[in-house]
Amino acid sequence: MTSRLGEAIGWARKFSIFQYPFVTACCGMEYMATACSHYDVDRFGAGLPRFSPRQADVLFVVGTISHKLAPVLLRIYEQMAEPKWVVSFGVCTCTGGFYDNYATVMGIDTIMPVDVYIPGCPPRPEYVLDGLLKLQAKIQTQHASGERPAPEPRPEFSV
Amino acid sequence: MNAESLIQAVKDRFPQAAEASHAYRGDATVIVHRESLLELARTLKEDPAFQMNFLMDLTAVDYSAFGTKPAPAFFASSGVAVRPSTSIPDKDPWPGPPGSARFVVVYHFFSLTLKHRLRVEVPVEEEDAEVDSLTSLWGGANWLEREVWDMFGIRFRGHPNLKRILMYEEFEGHPLRKDYPVNKRQPLTGPNN
Repeated sequence: MTSRLGEAIGWARKFSIFQYPFVTACCGMEYMATACSHYDVDRFGAGLPRFSPRQADVLFVVGTISHKLAPVLLRIYEQMAEPKWVVSFGVCTCTGGFYDNYATVMGIDTIMPVDVYIPGCPPRPEYVLDGLLKLQAKIQTQHASGERPAPEPRPEFSV
Repeated sequence: MNAESLIQAVKDRFPQAAEASHAYRGDATVIVHRESLLELARTLKEDPAFQMNFLMDLTAVDYSAFGTKPAPAFFASSGVAVRPSTSIPDKDPWPGPPGSARFVVVYHFFSLTLKHRLRVEVPVEEEDAEVDSLTSLWGGANWLEREVWDMFGIRFRGHPNLKRILMYEEFEGHPLRKDYPVNKRQPLTGPNN
């Protein structure tokens, strides 16, 4: 249940996304393409990346995360103030991607909660914008306190 | 110097050091004992006949699983690479791994003035995996030798700072050794993934 005030706060939050880009790999190219004028992420109120996690609302994890880097990423996440959201950008951050070895974290959701997954190797800017719209919808429907709603049940996959 | 004359020059200078040599696909390769590595490297760098002032690469190979597994799936499944036909004779076949030692440390030397290059291979046994460090001759050997230590567990005698360079200090084992399990994970945070 959201009150009218909650709706207003959600509306304000979803159009003032201050993102922290944690860019480690080739997905950064697509991130930059999305952020530049051709795709113009500023249309959705997410045009100002903050390079301090304390000023950011959304953590964009862009690129492969290794086990050596994982404590750094976790520290960045813990430094962000609530309410905060995490976007997993690219298939390496979603599942580990094609890496299956001693070095790579098999998906950042093994170390932190993730709100939106944008798979792709790397994802096209249209795909990123789609993920951003899904994040906005999620922010809008969240309770005004910033509390996370219960995650939707996932469909069962059979291989 | 071309590959053959380069090999001959090294053999003339170090008749007891060179175990074997070949010029597979035109690349001059000399296999030497580890005792004579440092002396050979110093000569290659400082002798006017060689002038190999550039250590291009320093790496290692673990031959312990060589030939024990079937050919890569690469040839079986992909239409991109075609296995060379056995009916076409290879006039210059690959000479195979140098000796029976588990590891081989590989050095690639290049001369910027004389434009010739030489590959030096040093077989190293598993029980006593140690070779002389080349940091006294090429500063660039420092990080390369740390990488070989990190990935293969081969020590370098005389290295000023032989510690891991890619993996973290808590990491156990050497991941590019063939007996390191492919699925083994040593995460620093989070559950075992």
